[in-house]
Amino acid sequence: MTTRTRSIGVDLAGIALATPVLIASGCAGTGTELNGLVELRRVGGIVSRTITVEARDGSPPPRIVESPAGVVWDTGLQNPGVDAFVATELPALAATPPSVFVSIAGGTLEEYVRIVGVLQGRAGVSAIEVHLSGPDRELERPVLGVHVDRVTEVVGAVARMSLVPVFAKLPGGVDVVPLAVAAARAGASGLTLCASPPALAIDAAATRPALGAVGGWLSGPALKPMTLRAVAEVHRALPRMPLVASGGIRTATDAVEAMLAGASAVQVGTATLVDPAATVTIAKGIVAELQRRALGSPADLRGAVAIIGSPAPVHQGQGA
Amino acid sequence: MTRVRAEILSTRRLGAYQSLTLVAPEIAERAKPGQFVAVAMPGDRDFLLRRHLTIHQSSRRGGWAGTLEFVVDPAAGPGTAWLSDLGAHGFLDVIGPLGTSFSYPKRLTNCLLIGQGRSVAGLYFLAQELVARGKRVDMVIGGTTLDAVFKPIEAKRLSQLVTVVTDDGTLGETGTVIEAVVPALERAPIEVVYAAGKVPLLSAVGEICRSRKLPAQVAVEERMGCGYGLCGTCAVPIASKDGATWGHVRACVDGPVFNPARVVWERWRAAGTAAVAEDAQ
Repeated sequence: MTTRTRSIGVDLAGIALATPVLIASGCAGTGTELNGLVELRRVGGIVSRTITVEARDGSPPPRIVESPAGVVWDTGLQNPGVDAFVATELPALAATPPSVFVSIAGGTLEEYVRIVGVLQGRAGVSAIEVHLSGPDRELERPVLGVHVDRVTEVVGAVARMSLVPVFAKLPGGVDVVPLAVAAARAGASGLTLCASPPALAIDAAATRPALGAVGGWLSGPALKPMTLRAVAEVHRALPRMPLVASGGIRTATDAVEAMLAGASAVQVGTATLVDPAATVTIAKGIVAELQRRALGSPADLRGAVAIIGSPAPVHQGQGA
Repeated sequence: MTRVRAEILSTRRLGAYQSLTLVAPEIAERAKPGQFVAVAMPGDRDFLLRRHLTIHQSSRRGGWAGTLEFVVDPAAGPGTAWLSDLGAHGFLDVIGPLGTSFSYPKRLTNCLLIGQGRSVAGLYFLAQELVARGKRVDMVIGGTTLDAVFKPIEAKRLSQLVTVVTDDGTLGETGTVIEAVVPALERAPIEVVYAAGKVPLLSAVGEICRSRKLPAQVAVEERMGCGYGLCGTCAVPIASKDGATWGHVRACVDGPVFNPARVVWERWRAAGTAAVAEDAQ
């Protein structure tokens, strides 16, 4: 007797992924470092480190410290700039089996547009993920993506230009639903929920901030409940929008919970740094869970835990 | 680089430190001085990141072939405290060998090895390999107090001349490792310098070697996220070959061994203090 193999493949906004488990931005090096540490053909996708128009030196060290069930970090988006990226890193990433999402960031609308122009039609780019958590130099705001007007402008421009699906990665630690609605109206193919929320680590012994950049971002398992709530609320507001849960996904159980809240796929960041094969282990665990529930596909889990009827969220002290 | 589930063969206290020996032939066979391993923490604690530990010994020959030894400071944090409390026969998830290694001089003979505290652990592996190549090894090692000087007897066994310093004078001379470097250079016809430790020591060694035109290699310590090039958090400012520009490279895959003349020490030293100044406006 043969057992039918359950398909773990998913269709994410028209992209066929081998599994619904991707490596989050900034956690896959430049495309070659994972060789030998994980079977890449079993990884659903790789999101590149975030690319800007010009090369960035990044933040001074130290760039990472531990916090309870998490890490506080800031790399300052160190990257070689989009031209060097397409000449060197992109070919290496594109040569790996997983689908490649290129993460892009800008301080002005024009910068986003220029990057998309360079990426336009490049082989090996399955999707673009728009990083929106950096400063807005044009409007002199500390975080570009927490304002509906700019999410509409930037995501709209990128989506109109791009020939591949566009995912808006919304800022963490803020009221995400209005931003999600704006990104969807502007033409995003999907949403990544969410970027790391802003955080601070202090070195008490030295009486100074622990990171060279002063402020940083929180990642790791500590974020999971925030991610689940963001996914559930956005799924309630936009039931047909493909959602990728990012933040605190370490185990298959975490991934299943995110899917029950409404995610179609998940990204694994900090857990990949600790266990380079985490994406593969999580995908295997999802298959086991589908088997246990006698479901045919990860899509069957999606949104099974609805939060309709729960009290409307009260938004206080929006972090960013 | 390989990921293995390695059994702890033995664990022993050495002064202020704990030394763990693992059965890890896949890593031991390829390990070179200066390289490190990344050891996973238990999944049920609230500290997550792997610990990045310099390889102290790697036995590729003899009765203990295939073993690997590293040294932790139990007081450094919860991860090293956890490692220190483990007994023999437990298993660890280990990735290695990682990073670049020290290179050996071809023609030059007289080497000075400099280290402070736990950082000295990696230098014994280097000293053995240099001695095996017919090189002369001198050492300058130190610690805050007697307990914090790592294996001073081993240093005497491997080297011609050894300087031991402690902050409080409980072992060897009273003083700092930095103060002991110039006298050690003047006592013997040193041709090559190696050092391991933190930024203040390594930048001082780099400056001394630059002014005396001595070739040098240093193994840096910077906070790492992963240890194998994924996250880009272990940034080290390095000057371009012509010195015209600089950029951040990764200590884990581009290092940890660097030529100190290429490291932009002022930028690295300023990193933490500049952060305070900017924030205090």
